[in-house]
Amino acid sequence: MNAPFLKFGMFGDETSLVIAFVIGVAFGFALERAGFGSAKKLISQFYLNDMAVLKVMFTAIVTAMLGLTYLGWMGVLDLSLVYLVPTHVGPQIVGGLLLGVGFIVGGYCPGTSVAATATGKTDALVFLAGMFAGTWVFAEMYPAVKGFYESGSGAQMTLPQAAGLPYGVVVFAVVLMAVGAFYGASLLEKRFGVKAEE
Amino acid sequence: MTAVDNHGHGHGKHTVSQDYANPYVAGIGLGLVLLAAFVFVGRGLGASGAFASSLAWLLSGISPDHVRANEYLAGYLGEDGASPLKAWLVFEVAGVFMGALFSGLLAGRVRFAADKGPRVSTAVRLVTAFVGGMFIAVGAALARGCMSGQALTGGALLNAGSWLTMMMIFVGAYALAYFLRWQWR
Repeated sequence: MNAPFLKFGMFGDETSLVIAFVIGVAFGFALERAGFGSAKKLISQFYLNDMAVLKVMFTAIVTAMLGLTYLGWMGVLDLSLVYLVPTHVGPQIVGGLLLGVGFIVGGYCPGTSVAATATGKTDALVFLAGMFAGTWVFAEMYPAVKGFYESGSGAQMTLPQAAGLPYGVVVFAVVLMAVGAFYGASLLEKRFGVKAEE
Repeated sequence: MTAVDNHGHGHGKHTVSQDYANPYVAGIGLGLVLLAAFVFVGRGLGASGAFASSLAWLLSGISPDHVRANEYLAGYLGEDGASPLKAWLVFEVAGVFMGALFSGLLAGRVRFAADKGPRVSTAVRLVTAFVGGMFIAVGAALARGCMSGQALTGGALLNAGSWLTMMMIFVGAYALAYFLRWQWR
């Protein structure tokens, strides 16, 4: 068996849209189960009393990363065929900061706002409208920001390549970092968690 | 299970909604969904791109020439005249809506209300939600993805730009958290 299945022609683009929907259902289910359909729950991450965002995100990253690494070593999955978003350092620093600002102001990120809208959150529905407006604004000012948007190398680059370290070493470092983050999160919740419940 | 610790959903009323899942269990589930996306189609999860596609579709209905002339939106138009909605992320995000609705219904968590802290009015909260959405959209465009497409997907792929984006998301949110506690606390 060779993966990614789509790249090896096991099904066509039409079928991949059906798979997109099915994967989306599982994605949305997981987000809502985790409590990520609630802005208050998500935003607690930044007041240190409920670190669920960090725990869920890093657990998911480590799970998928180890799965990719394992399937890659087994020769089942060709990692070079998995799409890697190009790195643009400047735009991604500014873009990342804006995403963080939007998160704490708006209460959601794009995916969680859809999950929250599905469970009736009116603020999430308005957040979606804001995203349409923001995308439109960006599109209209694109000629002015195009130079900055395309700045940076634009190369597909992994952390192991950037740091000049073997892939397995970085995987191990990320696992260690996640475990450390989980321990730190539990300490912070002990310190700040009770106070927030009042 | 009861709604004693349901993170602000109860508001003193008696509810039958369940507690959220253990974050590590939810994280493993989410990671396996992400892994399935890699294995089946060779790409990860995403969300923000679906809104650019949907906007391209919406505006095409009003002024197709305007969309074709806009270099950014034109990139989201379908190939050979296909609908912009016939995109992987649009179908995935439609699934997110259905999956979250299913989970919410199962847990008794579907409720029509704005999610906010006790000190802020609904009207103000809706304004901040709109403004936050605008920031997120511009940020996601510049960063080439959001928390799903960059932090989560690129995080698992050890993508250098994704880790940079993820760190900046935390920096931006923590930097402003103190000044926005009136909205949440």
